[in-house]
Amino acid sequence: MTAAQPNRLPQGGRIDRTRPLAFTFDGKACEGYAGDTLASALIANGVSLVGRSFKLRRPRGIVGSGAEEPNAIMQLGEGAAAEPNVPATQVELRDGLVARTTRGWPGVRFDVGVINDVFGRMLGAGFYYKTFMYPRSWWKYYEHAIRQSAGFGRAPDAPDPDNYEHMNAHCDVLVAGGGPAGLMAALTAAESGARVILADEQTEFGGSLLGSAERIDGAPAMEWVAVTLARLRDHADCKLLTRSTVFAYHDHNFLTIVERCTDPPETFREGTQIGRSGVDDRHFDDGKPEGRRGPSGRDQPGEHDRRGGHDGRGAPAGRPHRVSNAAGRHDGSAAHIRERLWRVRAGQVILAQGSFERPLVFCNNDRPGVMLASAVSTWINRYGVLPGRRAVIFTNNDSAYRSAIDLADAGAEVAAIVDSRRGGAAELGSRAREHGIAVLEGHVVSDVAGRQHVRGISIARWHGDSWATVSPTIRIDCDLVVMSGGYSPAVHLHSQAGGRLAWDETRLGFLPTESRQPNVSAGAGNGSRSLEECLADGLSAGKEAVSRPGLKGTTVVMPTVSASAENPTEALWRVPAAKDPDRCAKQFIDFQNDTTVADIRLAAREGYRNVEHVKRYTALGFGTDQGKLGNINGMAVLADTLGKAIPEVGTTTFRPAYTPVSFGVGAGESVGELYEPVRKTAIHEWHEAAGAPMEVVGQWHRPWYFPRDGEDLHAAVARESLAVRNSVGLMDASTLGKIDACGPDVVEFLERIYTHDVGRMKVGRCGYGIMLGEDGMLMDDGVLARLGEQRFHLTTTTGGAASVLNWLEKWLQTEWPELRVYLTSLTEQYSTFALAGPDSRKVLDKLGCDIPLDRDSFPFMNVRPAMLAGMPVTLFRVSFSGELAFEINIASNLALAMWNKLMEAGQRFDITPYGTETMHVLRAEKGFVIVGQDTDGSVTPVDLRMNWLLSRNKDFLGKRSLRRPDCLRKDRKQLVGLLSPDARTVLPEGTQLIEEPASRPPVPMCGHVTSSYQSAVLGHPITLALVTGGRARRGEMIYAALPERDPMPVEIVAPVFYDADGQRQHV
Amino acid sequence: MLLIECPWCGFRAETEFSYGGEAGIVRPADPDALSDAEWADYLFYRRNPRGAHRELWNHAAGCRRWFGVERDAVTYRIERSYTLNDADPAGRAPGSESGTEAHRRSRVGSPAGDGDTARVRSGADAKDDSTANAGAGEQQ
Repeated sequence: MTAAQPNRLPQGGRIDRTRPLAFTFDGKACEGYAGDTLASALIANGVSLVGRSFKLRRPRGIVGSGAEEPNAIMQLGEGAAAEPNVPATQVELRDGLVARTTRGWPGVRFDVGVINDVFGRMLGAGFYYKTFMYPRSWWKYYEHAIRQSAGFGRAPDAPDPDNYEHMNAHCDVLVAGGGPAGLMAALTAAESGARVILADEQTEFGGSLLGSAERIDGAPAMEWVAVTLARLRDHADCKLLTRSTVFAYHDHNFLTIVERCTDPPETFREGTQIGRSGVDDRHFDDGKPEGRRGPSGRDQPGEHDRRGGHDGRGAPAGRPHRVSNAAGRHDGSAAHIRERLWRVRAGQVILAQGSFERPLVFCNNDRPGVMLASAVSTWINRYGVLPGRRAVIFTNNDSAYRSAIDLADAGAEVAAIVDSRRGGAAELGSRAREHGIAVLEGHVVSDVAGRQHVRGISIARWHGDSWATVSPTIRIDCDLVVMSGGYSPAVHLHSQAGGRLAWDETRLGFLPTESRQPNVSAGAGNGSRSLEECLADGLSAGKEAVSRPGLKGTTVVMPTVSASAENPTEALWRVPAAKDPDRCAKQFIDFQNDTTVADIRLAAREGYRNVEHVKRYTALGFGTDQGKLGNINGMAVLADTLGKAIPEVGTTTFRPAYTPVSFGVGAGESVGELYEPVRKTAIHEWHEAAGAPMEVVGQWHRPWYFPRDGEDLHAAVARESLAVRNSVGLMDASTLGKIDACGPDVVEFLERIYTHDVGRMKVGRCGYGIMLGEDGMLMDDGVLARLGEQRFHLTTTTGGAASVLNWLEKWLQTEWPELRVYLTSLTEQYSTFALAGPDSRKVLDKLGCDIPLDRDSFPFMNVRPAMLAGMPVTLFRVSFSGELAFEINIASNLALAMWNKLMEAGQRFDITPYGTETMHVLRAEKGFVIVGQDTDGSVTPVDLRMNWLLSRNKDFLGKRSLRRPDCLRKDRKQLVGLLSPDARTVLPEGTQLIEEPASRPPVPMCGHVTSSYQSAVLGHPITLALVTGGRARRGEMIYAALPERDPMPVEIVAPVFYDADGQRQHV
Repeated sequence: MLLIECPWCGFRAETEFSYGGEAGIVRPADPDALSDAEWADYLFYRRNPRGAHRELWNHAAGCRRWFGVERDAVTYRIERSYTLNDADPAGRAPGSESGTEAHRRSRVGSPAGDGDTARVRSGADAKDDSTANAGAGEQQ
């Protein structure tokens, strides 16, 4: 044993002693080996204190060796790549790893919060709720202080610099868990010809065999694992994933796996240069730092060097090299993937995730140096680490005897095995005695001495009554307490899939029973105890999974294992103490949440009966480990306290994720620029060159305004809107939804959809149309243009384009299939420009148009095909500004040419490009509503004074609803205009409107502002609002409630502010 | 994530589809003739059965066709997908054999529904049907 790693055994374990790795723990330099976890390396370095408990601030050490670890919760790395809340048992040790404890102030060795432990009796379940209730208004201060003292790590304060990806996969059989049962099942399925994915969360396959000294086929079990893996690799259709946790089981056998990547996955390895696993896994292109996609972290030079990468993995260890494009980014450049999300649809799932060893519940069972027996065997056999020199084993089952033998073989002194069972263990008992280990049958460990580390234990005789008091008769000095309270099958995925659980009284655990989805459980997760049982269970599960036509039979045979009989586990849910259960030293059930036996009993006394309520009251089963360690003990103690059987109390619900999953891998590649599609019009580059800021509308990027000479939004909009009112403006309206509707029955169809009399429209006519939901509420609006007897061109709002097409299709397909109507989206095929203003006709004349454009030949609300500047267009005489205006539809590949021609021809009229903001101001001046801004799904056309659009001659969707009593209420909110007497204040949109200026809360609201702008042409602000019964209230004063100032009086007026009789658009 | 069989495209992931609610909701032929309660029943009331449920799905990111699915609302197991047809566009019945008067009848004003649907309705559902009524629309 070296000075650097005092607890490292001179030999043994699956670590690579030729590859020492340096890391720091709370700033202290430490050393471990490749193959270590952070936890095993910490133990090797003699670190036993790794954290403080959540509430009581008690010193805590490492308890388990896997996903169940509740105490060793670390903060890894620094800066943007920092990762909080990681159990040290699940961190693969890497060179340069920076790990910190997450609790304890000022430090983990001395924490002032330990005062909580001194007064711990007062800090029972529900303490915070009970204590900090009064006065109620102070809760926000209490909560702040309480939250400050809670929590584990600190979230990184900058965007995640790493890359993640999603991968879809299909297979016949997915095997979750690569222990003996999983390997056996995978082999059986693969040899039967099935496409298999085998996933295991560990760095290598083997599961429990990695940490055990058992033998298969007469050789060390890991040799069988190696042979089995070699056979699996022979099957091209078998995918082996290590470092991969199947964390969620969704509907229809869809499962998600998170793979922690070190190298490119095996499937992509051909022709790539692979660095040493876990060291130089950042792949640079030409040595340049790998930038993060997205606006905030894009290609910041030097950033990579500074941050050092995730948990130190990016340390400049490796020479820059390239990975294949398949594992790289979309642009083909190299990018290392930190984690990969596999989205797997499996024919059958074999759940072989093993089991969790349970702690025993005795006084001070949380002291550093108290560990699970399975963990102790793992430290010794897998990592070559000896966690103590003088150990006591405390068990209610046979398996812990193996840990005692492992300890003895590794050179530790085993002071005693304390076995609660009077009969002790079977074969393993005699083997332990052959090792010279004393076995105390019918005894229990009643208390632990030592604060920062175990110093010794007290032993008492066990009389079979958990709730009696006992007198300790023996004291033993030791520095390691090895406990085993039996095993709980990991039934998480089975339960997530909707499967049922049944309590097994002999195996003392909830076992999977009926499955709701095509899956089968195997191995320890199915209640198997011995290695032989696990292998046999895996074999039969594999056979069951492939027992369907098309797959050949299997030739897999059972390996031989020396079976050893075991005595049954004893139910020992709470170990009696020297004092009664509510006054004895703390007996921890959930270590991470400091939930004790006394807390559960208190909850029961206070009337909590349901396990889900007790969970929330005591915090049992919360936190990063989600009760993997303590839940069953907690439920058993609750059942005992309530005088019920365990199955009557039941379990809490198992929900995804099985272990914590990073946000990054959930987002995958959908970050930054890839977060959502960007839709650009054919004129986009022109808009950008003109310096227009963009407004995002339903994924479209639309020019917001076109600033000139340093103008701000308001100056630009004022200039643009005056140009439209006085000369001519040009807007890119290409984002409007465009639908071609044709067919013999198109008129009948549109009659049913739109509210006005579509059939009366003659070819060449346009009409404003609205469509309602069946509930009578305005859904979308647009212009219908009749291009032929059986052809209409429909426009929709920009945001409604897709949903309107879906809506129309749904009616056609599911209600009126007899109508011969064909709908085609043309939104992207055609670009649309609005040429608006008194000079708009002159611009077209100058460009040269082959049809007469004068008022009589081409009147308002008409449509004509035409040649404009030699290009085919459709001209619409429609206006969304109230001015003389033309909308020009042109094939998108000609659009930019046409735009340039229009700008050129319009030069002498000072043609002014305008954006969405000016468009909004112009339409608001005319009182034209925007669906989704002035309406919100609760507004009928009547509320918008659109009665003129509602045909009396036909039925249409939503018509009947307009007669519903609710739609006939006199006090519905109706569209009105508002003017403020000061003619200055532009009310914020959303401003609440009230009747009286000096009301006391709660103030009744009578409406809200929907649109509000400064009108340049009028010289004062204009406001559209929905006001209760507003139409009958013209001339009345109401008040706008404004933050930080007195309510402002506003006058209700008609919602048309400019050119009320609509003359300007008809010229 | 459900695995849904589009009758035209085969089995695809749920993300390719959009949901269209309960199948078999037939638009009344003459809405004007209905009382407020009857109209509200068509507009708002759905069976929400604990068990077999016929529903409409649209292969939105695929062929864009609407079709029917019979799915168990408890287990999420999908019994079958079926195409809609001219005789039964609203997807009242799986398969194409239907179009009978019993299936065609709108739920409006039918206190018990047809034999086929009665099987999947609980007592509470049936009660809803017969009392779906006075002023119910207003509460929605």
